[in-house]
Amino acid sequence: MDRVLINVPKQVTRGVPFEIKILVSHPMESGQRRDQMGQAIPRDIINHFVAMLDGELVLEADFFPAISANPFLSFSAVAEKSGILTLAFTDDKGEVRTETAAVTVG
Amino acid sequence: MKIWASLAAAVLALSAAISPAAEPRRSGYDDSSRETQAMQDDDAGNPAFLWVRQGEALWDQDCKGCHGAAGTLRGVAARYPLFDPRANRLLTLEQRIVQCRTDRMGAPAFAWDDERLLALSALVGLQSRGLPLNAEPREPFLSQGEALFRERIGQLNLSCAQCHEERAGLRLSGATIPQGHATGYPAYRLEWQGMGSLYRRLRNCLNGVRAEVFAPDSPEAAALALYLAVRAKGMRVETPAVRP
Repeated sequence: MDRVLINVPKQVTRGVPFEIKILVSHPMESGQRRDQMGQAIPRDIINHFVAMLDGELVLEADFFPAISANPFLSFSAVAEKSGILTLAFTDDKGEVRTETAAVTVG
Repeated sequence: MKIWASLAAAVLALSAAISPAAEPRRSGYDDSSRETQAMQDDDAGNPAFLWVRQGEALWDQDCKGCHGAAGTLRGVAARYPLFDPRANRLLTLEQRIVQCRTDRMGAPAFAWDDERLLALSALVGLQSRGLPLNAEPREPFLSQGEALFRERIGQLNLSCAQCHEERAGLRLSGATIPQGHATGYPAYRLEWQGMGSLYRRLRNCLNGVRAEVFAPDSPEAAALALYLAVRAKGMRVETPAVRP
């Protein structure tokens, strides 16, 4: 999860849904594969995702295997005023990555 | 009936008139599914931009001192592979980046599949996106590259041309055989679940026909890349492309 790309429109309209697009670099190792020595490769996926807008929950999701590496997430939100979008990703290693993006209501 | 026939003829004539001059060459994009094309079309959905972002950070750290801010190399990637008179050899863009590191920066070379090398070549390639491929058809490398392209190799005794020219557009185990125009490298391949260089793609094919794989910094790799670039001359750079 060393790189996260967040795409939010430069300006959004009050009360009108806008699209948030996210790319996260992550191997999303399914746990089903074996290495060249026949050893199982342990599962390592992003298993939890939370999006908050100014402290208010926008989307919370549990992830399971069968999501590709470097997943692409897209969802809609509605904002009443400008604020900070906070995204938190948790993976199987327990690493939590938090990213923020500004949402500007114009 | 007569009216319908003349109408049909008019429609045919119209569609012939509005279709652009037939370009027989198809990039891998043209042979991809709509979903894969959509991934490539949207920079916010193209996972290769994770590498571009990494490339920007590396550029600021290592390259900016000499080359200035990122974005100064428009059109450069479209000219590669390029002959370097000082080294007296043909260089791919990746080989040039490694050469710049070792000779000018005194830094250790990147391994050919190093993520950082992919990131930097994606960043440089992106700056030529949309421009026509324009490699110099320099001899003797071009002829060497074409000979490699047409030579039967490996236990399967197949040449590149037998699949990518004679059988392009047909199917190979469920996938459309592309014409093999390297317009979008380094590219994000869904099969790899990651980014890869043209060399990685060539190695895939060499393994596929069970041929001896030439080394990433070999003259063969550069010559074949040059032949592919000249063969695709005038086609648009798509770097960083998404391929199935």
